[in-house]
Amino acid sequence: MTKLTLTTEGDKHVIVKRRFAASPEAVYRAHLDPQLLQKWLLGPEGWTMPVCINDAKPGGKIRYEWSDGKGHGFYLTGEFLELTPFRRIVHIERMHLPDPTPDNHVETTFEPDGKGTLMTMRMTLPDPDTRAAMLASGMEHGMEASYERLESQILKRAA
Amino acid sequence: MMRNLDAAFSALADPTRRAILSRLALGEAGVMELAAPFKITQPAVSRHLKVLAEAGLIGRRVEGTRRPCRLTEEGLASVDQWLAMLRAALSANYDRLDTVLAELDPQQGKDKP
Repeated sequence: MTKLTLTTEGDKHVIVKRRFAASPEAVYRAHLDPQLLQKWLLGPEGWTMPVCINDAKPGGKIRYEWSDGKGHGFYLTGEFLELTPFRRIVHIERMHLPDPTPDNHVETTFEPDGKGTLMTMRMTLPDPDTRAAMLASGMEHGMEASYERLESQILKRAA
Repeated sequence: MMRNLDAAFSALADPTRRAILSRLALGEAGVMELAAPFKITQPAVSRHLKVLAEAGLIGRRVEGTRRPCRLTEEGLASVDQWLAMLRAALSANYDRLDTVLAELDPQQGKDKP
């Protein structure tokens, strides 16, 4: 099923849309509650999020740390700008790899869609180069995850 | 095919070449025009164009003394593939979120007051 769409807009935006079979209240909560975030915001297979701090109020700080359990990891810091309960989250984030990437301004909205929710994430990068670099690094992570899944399927078949 | 893909990804790994591609996404352009936004020489831009052409991302045609460049369909397909990979990474997260939501919201699908 192709539920997710990822498109670019203009030369600085990336738009991600995804539908969920749950209420906007639930999807909004899952984006802010650290205990819930640690269950899904994990990236490639095998990664965990040992640190998940977010102070959900305007000006509140965000710090997420990921680890592959083999000594590799990276972290993200950011700040909340606006929160409209169950409808909209606006925040700024940067990845530390370990040098910080330029700020990514992210507006996430949750709209009722039938019995579910349409989430729209609109990212604004400072310039086209930053956007290209972000998409390229996402590609690397995505490829890694795909290859790892492929590898585990092959191993399962061989077993 | 794999060799082209490797060449395309390696060509995309350079910020100047990505900027050149962004410009070409708006339409065909000549070397002078492509060199204008950068603080690098025209021969340096020509070298970048050679890398992009060898990776199959751009094509060039002859028009008198000009050799304008344009994005190729293969180039666009590579960029699509590039986005598809990022989509795959994000999808894995959101598929997990579906599971989290199913546990969290047992009332889903039922009308709420």
